Amino acid sequence: MSAQPKTGEGLRETILGILAEIAPEADLSRLKPEENLRDALDIDSLDFLHFASRLEQRLSIRIPETDYRKIATLAGCLGYLGSKTS
Amino acid sequence: MTSQRSGRFVAKRNHGMKTRWAPIVKSRPSQGAIPNLEDYAKAWSTFSWDAARRELAGLPGGGGLNIAYEAVDRHVDAGRGGSVALRWLGKDGAIHDYTFGQIKSLTDRFANVLGGLGVRKGDRVFALCGRIPELYVAALGTLKRGAIFCPLFSAFGPEPIRSRLMIGQAKVLVTTESLYRRKVEALRDALPFLERVVVIADAPGGGGSAPGIVDYARTMEEASERFAIAPTAAEDPALLHFTSGTTGFPKGALHVHDAVVAHYATGRLALDMKPGDVFWCTADPGWVTGTSYGIIAPLVNGVMNLVVEAEFDADLWLEILEREGVSVWYTAPTAIRMLVKAGSALVKAHRYPRLRFMGSVGEPLNPEAVVWGQEAFGLPFHDNWWQTETGGIMIANFASMDIRPGSMGRALPGIEAAIVRRTKNGAEEIREPEADGELALRPGWPSMFRAYWNEPERYRKCFAGGFYLTGDLARRDADGYFWFVGRSDDVIKSSGHLIGPFEVESALLEHPAVAEAAAIGLPDPVAGELVKAFVTLKSGFEASPELQLRILGLARSRLGAAVAPKDLEFRSALPRTRSGKIMRRLLKAQALGLPEGDLSTLEAPS
Repeated sequence: MSAQPKTGEGLRETILGILAEIAPEADLSRLKPEENLRDALDIDSLDFLHFASRLEQRLSIRIPETDYRKIATLAGCLGYLGSKTS
Repeated sequence: MTSQRSGRFVAKRNHGMKTRWAPIVKSRPSQGAIPNLEDYAKAWSTFSWDAARRELAGLPGGGGLNIAYEAVDRHVDAGRGGSVALRWLGKDGAIHDYTFGQIKSLTDRFANVLGGLGVRKGDRVFALCGRIPELYVAALGTLKRGAIFCPLFSAFGPEPIRSRLMIGQAKVLVTTESLYRRKVEALRDALPFLERVVVIADAPGGGGSAPGIVDYARTMEEASERFAIAPTAAEDPALLHFTSGTTGFPKGALHVHDAVVAHYATGRLALDMKPGDVFWCTADPGWVTGTSYGIIAPLVNGVMNLVVEAEFDADLWLEILEREGVSVWYTAPTAIRMLVKAGSALVKAHRYPRLRFMGSVGEPLNPEAVVWGQEAFGLPFHDNWWQTETGGIMIANFASMDIRPGSMGRALPGIEAAIVRRTKNGAEEIREPEADGELALRPGWPSMFRAYWNEPERYRKCFAGGFYLTGDLARRDADGYFWFVGRSDDVIKSSGHLIGPFEVESALLEHPAVAEAAAIGLPDPVAGELVKAFVTLKSGFEASPELQLRILGLARSRLGAAVAPKDLEFRSALPRTRSGKIMRRLLKAQALGLPEGDLSTLEAPS
């Protein structure tokens, strides 16, 4: 795995990269920051679990289940993961 | 933690070890908490389907039986119209209570709406929406009209939606504005029999007025709330639930109004529903559990039905259990295993003084999870077994009975379950305990399916030797507890949902690069099984991570997240039998690293 992006564009790319693996058919350029990822990208509970665990692996962090609600949107991800990785 | 029994060969590998967990012994209940089924043997001696049927009202004037009347109007006629029947918790935090009286007038209106659309007795009305109040109104209103209600899972992609609407020859579809745009609109030309789509606005004032579109809110407002329920007989068709087999397209299991007798009795006996209960079934009505127990059973038993629109979230769900004072909770192994993953400390951060009974269905619940319930909640999970075709719970761990963790429990009063072996001429019962065989049921219970829609031959093949053959392999111990062993076919069970490999493979073959495709279920610690696809490529195409994602993406956009493969692997060839059938079981054995010796058993009976 390459160097861990901490904030800003790098982090955004990591998140979008994982989403593109989980929902390859989705047009991520149209994803609005406040949209619920599950609804916008047709992501089910298992996909979401995979999304969280890939974030954990690639950012070398732990995301407790109680924080899943904080990563439900792209904006939420950026804020939450930004504070965790900086 | 691993799923213990994900497939026949896994079970075979463990066969003979007979390692079973210590039973969970039930202490005698304190006064006031005596389960509806207090004594198993006694319940058997007093139970009959006729007696259960007599506890329902029947249509006024002696005119037959109707599920919606028993679920809703009966309570209103008995003076309970002011009691809360359904509490809806919206994704956005909204809470709406609906009394039996309110549901009666809403469903009467909806039945009138359908009348205005020309829906007649026996016509199919489909629904494709999340767990929103309108779904419940549509289901019960359709039954009042005497039409057949068919729920579709909202996470289906366009292809499963198209094939089911086609097979069931839907006349009317009820859906939401956004689901219509995303998944249905482009299919309309291919569905000429679909006369009208009733669209529920995403936000007030939305909806639409295109040709063939009816705005739900407007048409409900215009409809009269005076309606006399269609005179349905007990054997008249009521519900159509699609399920999957190994081969061919999905099949529609047809249930009749008499099924309500089983919804009522099994809700009482297997889930211990009592007056004053707050009942939460987490299943989506797109699957049979979410209709039989997420709509009908709680209403017909007169308990408050809690409907939660949001998908699984450990914290949120535990909060709901606590805040809403849920007393009977019916959930599924995938959710339970996600809670196990979140940890018992999280569970213990809340208090559940009213919670009395926890049930699980969808796939066998591993013994670790049964026992974990005891540790985390102070209550064990009660696994039970049934399937789309049975319409209601057939085998269960009852509130009053000691639990043998990993067992699906014992047959319900009125249900004769057996282990059989298929023979040349049919099937014969294996009477000695602890023998592996196919789980079979003696026909005659009210919620048994009466047909696969328009497929009499497929239906006939399910019966032999005087039994309905379930396709599940199991064994029964000397005390009558049943233990799941595996499936006799190649269907995949992921998050409790049956997925037909053929449906998945057909979508994969639509990709221009794919020459052959096979889909199997591989064990997953949370979902039970995950769908994995194997494909070979046409000449001129090179395997690459980009192509892998493109094919997976196509499968997702066709099938939706609930059915599409979660993983895909390229192969230079797929193993086939001499007759040319793809050997899914061999792929599965290879993926699981099973020894050669097991391969002889791999081919599924056709």
